[in-house]
Amino acid sequence: MVEEYLSLFLKSVFIENMALAFFLGMCTFIALSKKVDTAIGLGIAVVIVQTITVSANNLVYNHLLREGALSWAGFPEADLSFLGLISYIGVVAAIVQILEMFLDKYVPSLYNALGIFLPLITVNCAILGGSLFMVERDYNFGQSVVYGVGSGTGWALAIVALAGIREKMNYSDVPAGLKGLGITFITAGLMAIVFMAFAGIQL
Amino acid sequence: MKTKDLLLGPIFTNNPIALQVLGICSALAVTSQLKQVVIMGAAVALVTGVSSAMFSAIRNYTPNSIRIIVQMTVAASAVIVADQVLKAYFFDVSKQMSVYIGLIITNCIVMGRMEGFAAKNSPLPSFIDGIGNGLGYSAMLLAVGFVRELFGSGKLFGFSIFPLTTEGGWYQSNGLLLLPPSAFFIIGCMIWLLRTYKPDQQEQD
Repeated sequence: MVEEYLSLFLKSVFIENMALAFFLGMCTFIALSKKVDTAIGLGIAVVIVQTITVSANNLVYNHLLREGALSWAGFPEADLSFLGLISYIGVVAAIVQILEMFLDKYVPSLYNALGIFLPLITVNCAILGGSLFMVERDYNFGQSVVYGVGSGTGWALAIVALAGIREKMNYSDVPAGLKGLGITFITAGLMAIVFMAFAGIQL
Repeated sequence: MKTKDLLLGPIFTNNPIALQVLGICSALAVTSQLKQVVIMGAAVALVTGVSSAMFSAIRNYTPNSIRIIVQMTVAASAVIVADQVLKAYFFDVSKQMSVYIGLIITNCIVMGRMEGFAAKNSPLPSFIDGIGNGLGYSAMLLAVGFVRELFGSGKLFGFSIFPLTTEGGWYQSNGLLLLPPSAFFIIGCMIWLLRTYKPDQQEQD
């Protein structure tokens, strides 16, 4: 049991890294990785939101949407899985909003540290992607929680690592046309190749 | 603005991927085969066009404070339609692209055009603007997919162009190009070319 969760966690952090193996959340990954501090703030926000939304969407899918899920309400033949996308994105948007209000009230220091990143997370495709992968692979509730923590952590690690490299790169002499965006793409490509080394590991 | 500018501007002069850095997630993930690229491009163009038009039609009745969530709902409805159509008529491709069709919802191009153009214009120009931006996105995707499929497996749309050494031909395929990281290098180099050609796009320190 514990072993299964541990291997799922490691798999979602390294082997199936959201940013470097599936290329999800690339817009923010490239745009907000200039400084390590911002990258850490964003990374923490993603881990929190990913954990909550994947678990919540797992409940929504298993108890409301999937075929036969509504039998408790007297509709054993209903199959609402085509409403999946709109429900997941609604859940994500709502949870981000609630989390924002909650943090503002009870943990203002964290709220101020996360700042603009929290609302931005709604449109981060790593978050929606996490929920979609959860549905596609048919995880149960326990697995979804672990997968949420793992995939969020993996994404956070990747953006912090990229930010570290970019800070060092300020001292290098990059060709004018490649400055900024171009060299960041190539750096991310090299990182993705490094992460492919994990792909052969069987857990 | 004229229809032609709305439609062709985003393809050549103001390409959403190359210049505005929007919607690159799927640009990287689905470009190893041109067949997938064409379907993805068509889906994005239609979703962007339709959701821009829909949002533009209700723009005057939408309170400012909830407009993001309204935009998201509109985009999600359009994507659900695209997803169901693909599942019905192109089941194999839809299986291969797995979650990336669903992720059109969070593709920044869709949201960006609704926020940036459809919120201020009437439905018809918004629709054309959406299609134009979707096509600009597809053009970049096609370019990446062309390089990856031709040099990675010697084929275009699944038809053999360069006969491979493994099948008795002369072309030794470059396996790296079939792997996802190669898309990063190709897009990086394209940005480099584009910015060398148009120096005003270069970033300053």
